Amino acid sequence: MTDQKTLSHLDLETPEKPFLDANELVINMGPQHPATHGVLRVILRLDGEKVLGLECVIGYLHRGVEKIGEHRTYTMFNPYVDRMDYVAAVSNGLGYCETVEKLLNVEAPPRAQHVRVILTELNRIASHQLWLGTHALDIGAITPLFYTFRDREEILKIFEKYCGARLTTHAFRIGGLQYETYAGFEKEVKNFLDFFRPKIDEYEELLTSNRIWVERTKGVGKISAQDCIALGVTGPVLRASGVKWDLRKAQPYACYKNFDFEIPIGQNGDTYDRYLVRMVEMRQSVRIIQQAVDALPEGPIMAKVPKVMKPPAGEVYHSIEAPKGELGYFIVSDGSTQPYRLRVRPPSFVNLQALDQMCRGQLVADVIAVIGTLDIVLGEVDR
Amino acid sequence: MQSVIQYITSYLGSNQTPGAAGNLFWVFVYIMLVFGGLSVAVIAMNWLERKILAHMQVRLGPMRVGPHGLLQPIADALKLLLKEDLIPADADRVIFWAAPFMVVLAAFTVFVVVPFGPTHAITDMNIGILFMLGVSSLSVLGIVMAGWASNSHYPLIGALRSSAQMVSYEVAMGMAVVSVILMTSLNAAGTGTLSMIGIVQAQLAQHEWFIFKFFPLGLIAFFIFAVAMVAETNRAPFDLAEAESELTAGFHTEYSGFRWSLFFLAEYSAMIAVSSIAVTLWLGGWLRPFPNMLAGAGWEQFFSFIPGTSFLFLAALCFYSTARMPKHPYFRIQTIGLAGFGAVLGLVGLILFIPPVRAWVQDIFWFSAKVAGFMYLYIWYRGTFPRYRFDQLMKMGWKVLLPMGLGILILTAGVALYQQNLWHP
Repeated sequence: MTDQKTLSHLDLETPEKPFLDANELVINMGPQHPATHGVLRVILRLDGEKVLGLECVIGYLHRGVEKIGEHRTYTMFNPYVDRMDYVAAVSNGLGYCETVEKLLNVEAPPRAQHVRVILTELNRIASHQLWLGTHALDIGAITPLFYTFRDREEILKIFEKYCGARLTTHAFRIGGLQYETYAGFEKEVKNFLDFFRPKIDEYEELLTSNRIWVERTKGVGKISAQDCIALGVTGPVLRASGVKWDLRKAQPYACYKNFDFEIPIGQNGDTYDRYLVRMVEMRQSVRIIQQAVDALPEGPIMAKVPKVMKPPAGEVYHSIEAPKGELGYFIVSDGSTQPYRLRVRPPSFVNLQALDQMCRGQLVADVIAVIGTLDIVLGEVDR
Repeated sequence: MQSVIQYITSYLGSNQTPGAAGNLFWVFVYIMLVFGGLSVAVIAMNWLERKILAHMQVRLGPMRVGPHGLLQPIADALKLLLKEDLIPADADRVIFWAAPFMVVLAAFTVFVVVPFGPTHAITDMNIGILFMLGVSSLSVLGIVMAGWASNSHYPLIGALRSSAQMVSYEVAMGMAVVSVILMTSLNAAGTGTLSMIGIVQAQLAQHEWFIFKFFPLGLIAFFIFAVAMVAETNRAPFDLAEAESELTAGFHTEYSGFRWSLFFLAEYSAMIAVSSIAVTLWLGGWLRPFPNMLAGAGWEQFFSFIPGTSFLFLAALCFYSTARMPKHPYFRIQTIGLAGFGAVLGLVGLILFIPPVRAWVQDIFWFSAKVAGFMYLYIWYRGTFPRYRFDQLMKMGWKVLLPMGLGILILTAGVALYQQNLWHP
């Protein structure tokens, strides 16, 4: 049973050391653990409280989303993508719809583009709010969770009114939108923005200069820009390490090039910087939504798309900036109604790779903080 | 028979605690009273913590079991008692069994010397404060036993954290306590005291609570103790030993049912115990507030009405909530229950206005009110602060609080010497 070969993958760097050292403690954190954000299992190798190394075991939530995609038509697969990153379902839908549109060579009309941007950015705020609440909860501050969830509710109400669902929205269709915005949509979005601006200050008041919060996050889970790029880490984690890479600016999709916003970057690449970057991102999202609502054009919401979609044979890769990082879809079409192969590049999955590097030499409590700051959603990691 | 009655009544004349008078009957009665009162306080604290925390977090808290969830702690206690008693297969059964009792024993025994009034204590020891610190730190033994006996990783880490934490904060705590004992020696005879009752009486004699003594020295000592006591009881933001998000439940991960509830009981009674120490040492124990500024018979009269008034206020709050209850047959029993609860509180309030009772409850009321203030602080901390990391916690204990405590001790000693005219630089 305790064959060294079967277990040695835990300790690749010191193969000469016996696996079970008396000074070492191997702990299974998860899959049932309050702070692993779902069903992540982390095998920790500890020296007292110090982390010598760790390994992520994933797949507890694997549903074979990519394989399902090969057996559904392009339209039928659309709702499935919502179930990957269920916290930011709208972003998932946007990525998928835009990829198929690219394959079909159609473009959604301007009004649809604007509504897409509004909903996606609202979803980014909702996703960041959930991240903030759970991250603070992991670090031991229980109150921010309730504040963020209270305010997230307002966004979910808008989603519910728009498309009937709160979480797995299925808000967009290939070629545009199915539903015209409901009466008073613009006003409600504007009301939300006015309501939400002071709320960000409220969150920051609770945490940004809180002594314990700063001590718990500064210098924790540091990762350099080079390592981020080498590991393929994207999103706020990459930006907190000082790389100004945001697909909304770098490869503008939807109608992001019409809007004026800034990309916040950090310097140290630690948990505190990632926290600050996400806080600024929420403010920037508010700015984008404000511009998009003010300039919401009239017009059709659906481009001319055939009822039975048969994209020309070929392949396409398209990626968007989801709240957690670069969300990419790679679709190979054989000219039939179903994709020949569909591959998702989920940001959480790639970002999770950095966990080991970020946690080595830190303490158990920091592992929790780093899992929180990576902002992973296991539905997206396992797919 | 005659001698038994005489034995019982003989105590009533003596102006001492039953322990000091050596009357076993009254000692037994006092132990029962303290034990019962403590259990009720823990139950009330359970409900209050959930409600206050809930209202800090924009939610309602328990609302279903009884009006405003008033019966929730009782329902929880029943549930815990009825749960299956699990001992993990690989646990060390004897130690696993003994650990919760050890913790409860330590938490309850300290109340032997807590003075609720000049004569309202089970006993008055001349080493009271030492006894209290010594016994209360025994609970760490129970925690280590629990962590070890569970034979599981999370409890083991939790127990290690907890023992290191409690041991290191005890030192800073001790420094703060010693500075108070120095303050008690500022009398004509120049003799200090370790007796809990003696410490309060010293504050009475010096017409000053020790928190204001040698300002700001007393205040800083109090601050050190106030931080150390939160760490000592493993409460947020120092709740590393049971950090839910890190170690699931820390040292009591493997415990369930009645054994778990014993840990719960011990945690809350330990909180009350250390708060009692803080109240006794710095906040004048059973003495009413502002004894200097608002002195005189009129003020004495005024303050004696406060206990009854506060109960009447609670009763009024209950009646107000009763009036706001939904008018639906489904809520009838709850509405009646809440009104009944308010009526009981109101009755207690009225009884507290009767002159002999009024004089008699003064000590106990002020002591409990001060301890309740600390309890509120505990809940407030929990709603506000993130959790410290282990190394930061140790750093704070050894590098901040301990040097501060030593400095305060030396300064207090210097000032005390100077005031006693024993030292002329």
